[in-house]
Amino acid sequence: MTKNPLNLRLSEIISLEDTFEFYRERVMKYNDELKAFLQVSTLSGDKRQGFPYALKDNILAVGTRTTCGSRILENYESPYDATVTRKLAVRGGKLLGKTNLDEFAMGSSTENSAFGPSRNPWDLERIPGGSSGGSAAAVAAGLAPFALGSDTGGSVRQPASMCGIVGFKPTYGLVSRYGLVAFASSLDQIGPMTRCSQDAADVMSMISGHDSNDSNTVRKELSFDVSLKGYLKGLKLAVPSEMLNYPGLDSGVKERFLSIVEDIRRSGAEVEEISIPSVEYAVATYYLIAPAEASSNLARYEGIRFGPRVPSEDYESLTNKNRDIGFGKEVKRRILLGTFTLSATYYDAYYRKALKTRSVMAGELNRVLDEYDFILNPSSPVIAPKIGEITDPLTYYLMDIYTIPANVAGLPSISLPAGLVDEMPVGVLLTGRRFSDVSLLDAAKGVEDLSPSYRSGLTVLPERWTE
Amino acid sequence: MNKTVIGLEIHAQLRTDTKAFCSCRADVFDLEPNTAICPVCTGQPGTLPVLNKRVVEFAIMAGLAMNCTINKRSVFDRKNYFYPDLPKGYQITQYFFPIAENGYLYLEDGDEKRKIRIRRIHIEEDAGKMIHQGTDSITGSSGSYVDLNRCGVPLIEIVTEPDLRSPAEARIFMELLRDTLRALGVCSGDMEKGALRCDANISMVDEAGRSSNRVEVKNINSFKFVEKALEFEQERISRALSSGGDVAKETRSWSFSSKETFSMRSKEEENDYRYFPEPDLPKLIVSEDLIERIAGNLPELPWEKIERFMKQYSLPRYDAAVLSSDGEIASYFEEVAQTTRRPKESSNWIMGEVMRVMNERELTVEEVKVSPEHFKELFELIDEGKISNKIAKDIFPLVVEGRKSPLEIVKEKGLEQIDDDRVIEDALRKAMTDNPSAVEQFRAGKEGVLGYFVGAVMKATRGKANPSKVNEIARRMLKD
Repeated sequence: MTKNPLNLRLSEIISLEDTFEFYRERVMKYNDELKAFLQVSTLSGDKRQGFPYALKDNILAVGTRTTCGSRILENYESPYDATVTRKLAVRGGKLLGKTNLDEFAMGSSTENSAFGPSRNPWDLERIPGGSSGGSAAAVAAGLAPFALGSDTGGSVRQPASMCGIVGFKPTYGLVSRYGLVAFASSLDQIGPMTRCSQDAADVMSMISGHDSNDSNTVRKELSFDVSLKGYLKGLKLAVPSEMLNYPGLDSGVKERFLSIVEDIRRSGAEVEEISIPSVEYAVATYYLIAPAEASSNLARYEGIRFGPRVPSEDYESLTNKNRDIGFGKEVKRRILLGTFTLSATYYDAYYRKALKTRSVMAGELNRVLDEYDFILNPSSPVIAPKIGEITDPLTYYLMDIYTIPANVAGLPSISLPAGLVDEMPVGVLLTGRRFSDVSLLDAAKGVEDLSPSYRSGLTVLPERWTE
Repeated sequence: MNKTVIGLEIHAQLRTDTKAFCSCRADVFDLEPNTAICPVCTGQPGTLPVLNKRVVEFAIMAGLAMNCTINKRSVFDRKNYFYPDLPKGYQITQYFFPIAENGYLYLEDGDEKRKIRIRRIHIEEDAGKMIHQGTDSITGSSGSYVDLNRCGVPLIEIVTEPDLRSPAEARIFMELLRDTLRALGVCSGDMEKGALRCDANISMVDEAGRSSNRVEVKNINSFKFVEKALEFEQERISRALSSGGDVAKETRSWSFSSKETFSMRSKEEENDYRYFPEPDLPKLIVSEDLIERIAGNLPELPWEKIERFMKQYSLPRYDAAVLSSDGEIASYFEEVAQTTRRPKESSNWIMGEVMRVMNERELTVEEVKVSPEHFKELFELIDEGKISNKIAKDIFPLVVEGRKSPLEIVKEKGLEQIDDDRVIEDALRKAMTDNPSAVEQFRAGKEGVLGYFVGAVMKATRGKANPSKVNEIARRMLKD
């Protein structure tokens, strides 16, 4: 190999041979430190011909276990291929391995993985973000040219921002969820984690499209087979004051954000501060709807067909014991929360109200997006915290304020690295109208051209992984 | 008199080719356990439901037949509860917005015709089946097996208003519902096989206007038991009311073996099913076009058929109702009636001999294999006086068994009616010689003795003599 794949865009990597082995060797070399992968592929010989990628371990691929970072699925062998897995295979994709995540994608740090946290390639003491933290760490350290994650409330975009890569959550319904283990079905969406927005578009051209196995996929065909131009001139961008003035926003992160906003302005885009009042209720709404759906989605893991089946005297105690042993703390917390809010007595007070708030919020966001091309805000209020630093779950929940609105309204949203604060990456987030995915990616390319996080069009890898 | 108030919740399995939300076959009754399953209906992680369009069409057919409003927008919900035969931990159903509402059926009981209102019809999926070792239920069983074949088999649930007034009415209503679903071709209507299931709610109001608690009876698995189980409850509630008390508000189960109901759980112990909209399925939108197309293609419904049979074939209502309760029998009747041009006789024979043979030998009407032409031949043999009605009935089972025509059988067995005067005269002469005192009695004016001689002749000719001819000849010869 004459070219170093770490300096290549995905389209070039796809055209090369033997890149699988190159990345696999890197995985073998560095994964002990990063703990990005839970399983590494055992493909051999001809089966390795094709381009490599990493898959979050809540997406099924025959020949691998799909653990969801949970004890209860520790030994669950995938009985079928997810639609995205199948689509990538058809295009020549070869699975490098399955990446770590917060258990059932519930969390923002991978600390909720039953198999221990992954490390941030920029500082091994820190979390990579989550829940798709393993995928983010793998791409950010150059262990995979791209990875797939799943984004329910920011699980692709937040770890991308904390690891200094690109994380794209498509419009809900563009990518099939068939074979993605459900967390909150009405919010879950698979998205690419890459080193530039052009790569994200290239991945989307392979994985998006209507799927007869997922009734929520749309028949609309968007063409991601494009060469992004990166025009910012003439775009109208809105910065919600509720997000800019969020008390939890770190001053360093805010400063970096405002500076990139200035750069964007100078490129000829209009940026205005506007108000989206309902954003204040985004976190509350999300933490009612997502746990409610999760409590139902996770009911199937009852210890009979999944989990170790701890011997018990009757069915009820069998279920109780196995779920007690099989699920971690955060998963239990959300199941309890969701069970409570769906109960007949509290349904109207919580779940029904959350559905109303959701539709109000979607309405407000759509109205803003009628007037502006994109909404612009920081991806996360803080840089990646240290492992174990945050113990209060609520602190993590509140940090989702920037990413949640896109899920609640089903909008496309992308996080791009925009420089460093305290030597750690921070990201900016662009969110667009439903189905504006292609123009969103194009605008993202424009922001990338201004960002100090890129070299030759690709996100910079921390030096220690490029030796 | 106490007043009885009954409402029914009926589950009907739909006869679609595939299950409600995956492409496994839906007709699973006779299959080996766990042979009609896939990742979707066994609730594998990551799988999603995809709605079978036929299920929607069948539900709309049922809704239209029962005069319901078809909701152009309905929504699927999840009903959450834990049980080993429910692999996803929830059942997909329609709780908040069902596909059909506010219908009715007319119930005919003798001369009375009453409207029984249908509150709603909704689509849902069936659960699997369990086999327990040592006990009837999971509690205390030493081991339990799960068969997931039935998971995802499509159902419609039909809920009536509490408009039924007696256990017998409840049974008649269930039969009407079965006939209706069968006529539509959407359900086999077989209660014994669980294709049609009924839960009944019953309460009573005494003469003073005091109402009892409502009791729900589950696991009723035949039409007869609908009536029996509700009679048992009616009796139990009456007794409680007359002693000044009341029954508990609870769910009871009908025991097929002991022919009584027993308590399953009190209403306080009921599950909280935590219903919420199914996020994996879009809202179900049906077009006016589709509804109109289905309405235009509805087959003839039982009550329409009854009216037509009464008019077209001049049948009494009873005949029309019996014949039209089964689509195959009804069309068989029509073929026979049209071939023989003798509708009433055709009806008599089908309701009598054909149905008897079907019951005795457990045959379907098709398996009886008596062609309309055979009936035509049989009727002609009787008309021409070649055989008596009695002989015709005697040989009928042979027409079924041997696939031979009636004429062949009559000829082979020498059963042709004796019309020859000389044969009858010879037999009569012998009878008169054998019993001269009877002859005297007749001549003395005892007309009744005639029957004795007719009987004697019939016996001597093994029933083959033409009875009216015997009568005529006996009268003439005895007078001489």
